[in-house]
Amino acid sequence: MTETNDALVVAENVHKRFGRLEVLRGIDLTVRRGEVMCVIGPSGSGKSTFLRCVNHLEKLSAGRLWVNGELMGYRQRRGRLHELRDHEIAAQRRDIGMVFQRFNLFPHLSVLGNIIEAPVQVKGVPKVAATATARELLEKVGLPDKADAYPEQLSGGQQQRVAIARALAMEPSLMLFDEPTSALDPELVGEVLDVMRDLARGGMTMVVVTHEMGFAREVGDSLVFMDEGVVVESGSPKDVLTDPRHERTRAFLSKVL
Amino acid sequence: MKDPTVSSPSAPTGGPKVPITAPDRPVEPVTAVPVRYPERWVAAAFILVLAAMFVNMLVTNDAFDWPFMFENMFSEPVVRGVGVTLSATLLSMLIGVVLGVVLAVMRLSGNPVLVSVSWLYTWFFRGVPRLVLAVLFGNLAILYSTIELGVPFDDYLMAWIGVEGDLRFFEIDARTLLSGYTAGLLALSLSEGAYMAEIIRAGLQSVDKGQTEAAQALGMSRAKVLWRITLPQAMRVVIPPTGNETIAMLKDTALLAYVPVTIELFYQLQAIGTRSYQIFPMLVAACLWYLAITSVLMVGQYFIERRFNPGQRGLRGRFVGGAH
Repeated sequence: MTETNDALVVAENVHKRFGRLEVLRGIDLTVRRGEVMCVIGPSGSGKSTFLRCVNHLEKLSAGRLWVNGELMGYRQRRGRLHELRDHEIAAQRRDIGMVFQRFNLFPHLSVLGNIIEAPVQVKGVPKVAATATARELLEKVGLPDKADAYPEQLSGGQQQRVAIARALAMEPSLMLFDEPTSALDPELVGEVLDVMRDLARGGMTMVVVTHEMGFAREVGDSLVFMDEGVVVESGSPKDVLTDPRHERTRAFLSKVL
Repeated sequence: MKDPTVSSPSAPTGGPKVPITAPDRPVEPVTAVPVRYPERWVAAAFILVLAAMFVNMLVTNDAFDWPFMFENMFSEPVVRGVGVTLSATLLSMLIGVVLGVVLAVMRLSGNPVLVSVSWLYTWFFRGVPRLVLAVLFGNLAILYSTIELGVPFDDYLMAWIGVEGDLRFFEIDARTLLSGYTAGLLALSLSEGAYMAEIIRAGLQSVDKGQTEAAQALGMSRAKVLWRITLPQAMRVVIPPTGNETIAMLKDTALLAYVPVTIELFYQLQAIGTRSYQIFPMLVAACLWYLAITSVLMVGQYFIERRFNPGQRGLRGRFVGGAH
């Protein structure tokens, strides 16, 4: 494997502007295969926006972003960028799982229905096979007996674990977590982090936007501190958390630790 | 690295639960003399007297002529008219809902041409009274004597090329196509489409944006997201007002009498009334027929709404679609 093949996500000078508001102001980041990267920072620092740029839920205003060697959202032809069509972007997203802060389970489908929806509808997996996979995944996230429940019957922690299973059902090579425990009662945070920890141990490449410093220190391979749309500091979690070099990082950590 | 192996995490438990008991002490129930409301009794008595007077009038006033009414209310043309009313209700609602979905999706599409066309359509058909629309469509044959299918602007086109003839492949007499029933149905359907567009748009907008994002993140195309995720959830909001629309449509089919659609229920009842100089009993018959059918529809609406309203019934089957 060459070095470039080792990089799963490459962001190059990514900018994002909402009207006159510049949310991202030049992000350069590389996520290697198998790496767990945690992104921390105050709210409004652009960390969630960056995550949404990775699977093209947000269009970049400037810069480039590759996942798996593919330029996200565009095709380069004769030196010019061409926007991809809706179904082409959809195809790119199939390889990237995403877990949201507010779970976003489909309330009109059962737990099982939520998990098999995309494999059946998007990949054309036969329903029987998809159901078998879904049951395995439910076992793995610790909810084997909730297959027929509906989302609103579950606690927040259970819903988030189903959401993780739903994303895994597409067999992604990258998982994005957008503050997956921020909407949970404190006593339910642990069960979701347990699932994520196991996922990381299994070798999944993960980008995790989080406020859980303990998780970042224990599970993360790298830690990125963002503020005002730029990467202020990055490195191994231990270094950044215990010996931050930048003033802003120190100020932020003194408030959250 | 395609093996996201996850070992089972420990099930979230707080250990065995120790029961907590409430303190044991004597209980004194609340007993009190209830407040009396004499004015309510007076009001009730007053209303009852009025009701008795009304019933007395129904029985004694000869203008009602009940035997004549019952005799004609179920005559063959009237019963056929009921069928026409029902079919017109069903068909115009069906076309209206399909049109409504198309118009709502156009309205939310973001394409300025589609958005303004949808807006203009809704503006027109909500702005013109249905009665006026019914009469207007009844007279549409004045505008077009024949309806032809072909290349648009073919006369200019052929003149420009310098060739004689036209580019029309199919032709039908407008008076055949826009006969009473079709014209009336068209008026009701097109009008209903405008109202349904608003209802469906509200339904689609009521679905949380996170739902679309979650579906997109799973790799679903925009059409799939609409069909599998957004529309089924919009149903919860769309169904109750659609029930109201159906009942309103049933009553509005009476407007078909002014297209005119001669086989329609209200037209038939009125015709009997004028023919026999017994106008009033036939108007009462019309009231009774419409009341009977709307009552049946209201029962249906009650069950459908109970199925789709959150918190009214069990958790299953509150939404349509996606039954795996």
